[in-house]
Amino acid sequence: MAAKKEVGEGKFSLNKVLVYLFLITGSLVSLFPFYYMFVMATRLNREINSVPPPFTPGTHLVENFQKVTSNIDFFGAMWNSFFVSTTITIGTLFLCSLAGYTFAKLEFKGKNVLFVMILVTMMVPPQLGLIPQYYIITTLGWLNDFKALIIPGLINAFGIFWMRQYIKESVPFEMIEAAKIDGCSNFRIYWNIVVPMTLPAFATLGIIVFMHVWNDFLWPLVVLRDPSMHTLQVALRALNDSRQMDYGMIMSGTFWATVPLLIVFLLFNRLFIQSLSEGAVKS
Amino acid sequence: METSKKAKWLTEKRRTALSAYLFISPFFILFAIFGLFPMIFSFYLSFFRWDGLNPMTFNGFKNFEFIFNDPVFYSSIKNTFIIGIMGTLPQIIIAILIAFALNSTLIRFRNTFRTMIFLPYITSIVAVAIIFGVVFNNQPFGFANYILSFFDVGPIRWDAEYWPVKIAIATMVFWRWVGYNTIIFLAGMQSIPKELYEAAKMDGATLSQQIRLITLPMLKPITMFVVFTATIGSFQLFTEPLIFLGRNLREEGITMVAYLWRDAFVYNSFGTASAAAIVLFLIIITLTAINLWITNRIGRSKKIS
Repeated sequence: MAAKKEVGEGKFSLNKVLVYLFLITGSLVSLFPFYYMFVMATRLNREINSVPPPFTPGTHLVENFQKVTSNIDFFGAMWNSFFVSTTITIGTLFLCSLAGYTFAKLEFKGKNVLFVMILVTMMVPPQLGLIPQYYIITTLGWLNDFKALIIPGLINAFGIFWMRQYIKESVPFEMIEAAKIDGCSNFRIYWNIVVPMTLPAFATLGIIVFMHVWNDFLWPLVVLRDPSMHTLQVALRALNDSRQMDYGMIMSGTFWATVPLLIVFLLFNRLFIQSLSEGAVKS
Repeated sequence: METSKKAKWLTEKRRTALSAYLFISPFFILFAIFGLFPMIFSFYLSFFRWDGLNPMTFNGFKNFEFIFNDPVFYSSIKNTFIIGIMGTLPQIIIAILIAFALNSTLIRFRNTFRTMIFLPYITSIVAVAIIFGVVFNNQPFGFANYILSFFDVGPIRWDAEYWPVKIAIATMVFWRWVGYNTIIFLAGMQSIPKELYEAAKMDGATLSQQIRLITLPMLKPITMFVVFTATIGSFQLFTEPLIFLGRNLREEGITMVAYLWRDAFVYNSFGTASAAAIVLFLIIITLTAINLWITNRIGRSKKIS
């Protein structure tokens, strides 16, 4: 073994340098736009509009952000995003785990057909029904109402698929049988046995759902017309579309809107990457 | 199970079925209202003239005639394809390369690299489009133009010229997704049994032979998954051009979803927008079918157990 390793190291040392260079370049390219965004967020428009453009942070971070808050209700939009994302995440987790448990552990007629139907819905491009969806929302009187985001947002075929896989693997049939003999209803089995046993699946699916809702743009743009209801993404777009193109201000808004997600990501980094790759490899 | 319980078993079974239908009903009810019905209604709507306020009037195939006579509609299809290929193909190649580098046992700080490369994916598309809007600014002080000025090129009008618009948008797509696909490929590579490589090394296989004969063939299902999602993703391209080009969405950069959004929500022409949606749907269905056909031909795709 030891001899082999030495041979390998000797042989690959040039390769090793190249691999590191490649990875470092890749990481720098990934990080640069974040850095550039920060630089612009700390500069005045007049500094940005000069040749060469600034590449180091300036001193106007606070000033730029004050301009943001005078143009859009930044904290209101952030609260809206937070509220909508949290509500959808909790609702989706509940419905998906309940349906996932049903498909994993309960027996009923038409089970396979219904499950395949759920999978097929994943293939349909969501934009196809955009106009009638908008019309339904107006008919229900939900325009400018978070219900328009939350209630259609609860449908999540991937979530059901994901929860079913996890519950199938990690909850033994014996436990369900034992609970049944003790007289537990199906819902109590779900609530008292399945949920506590599958909390890791809840965490990973929760992160995925939260991030997708937080970053969603097209549907909130269509149904939230009133600026006080805007989510962060729609508000940012309004900021970007304003008459005077104050890049320092725009980038400041974008920067502060990105920071919370960055923090959440760095906290749950492992879980995040693991869940997404597992989701892909499994499906 | 036991014979003594048989009489009870029947009602138990019925009760279980009942709760099962109850537990899965929210999905089907919501999907019927917000998924299926709108889809069917889109087909219906594509034969009517409608501005969302006045009564609908039957229009026959006029909506389809209209969009097929609209040069911008063709541009939107062409743009979607061109940007899709420009954003996707290099992305997949680079992602495989980075994943391969990260998978090498010789590499340290793997998690740090992985985190940095993955970071763009968690950023919202709106933020990405705004950042790159500044990078691809038309003025000489724009970052891209400034770099190009060293090579005596430009300044380029990134949001108005045929290829520059597409390059700018494809770059946004590339940058945001390459890390995500790297992680997917990396997960796939890590699931390849180590013994295969060891056996190959014993037989004297070179590194490139190992890549060609083990890594790439074993990655086929993952590659198919990535191509599949990337194709569908490119047909949904919307946010990048809208943020980058603003609401008038110039012909050089308009995509199919952007075209249908503009028809519906800027011009209030719901009929032609629905017709565009139908055409988009048909294109996606066709591509999905081709994708599935290729997947099935190349190898057994993993079936859902």
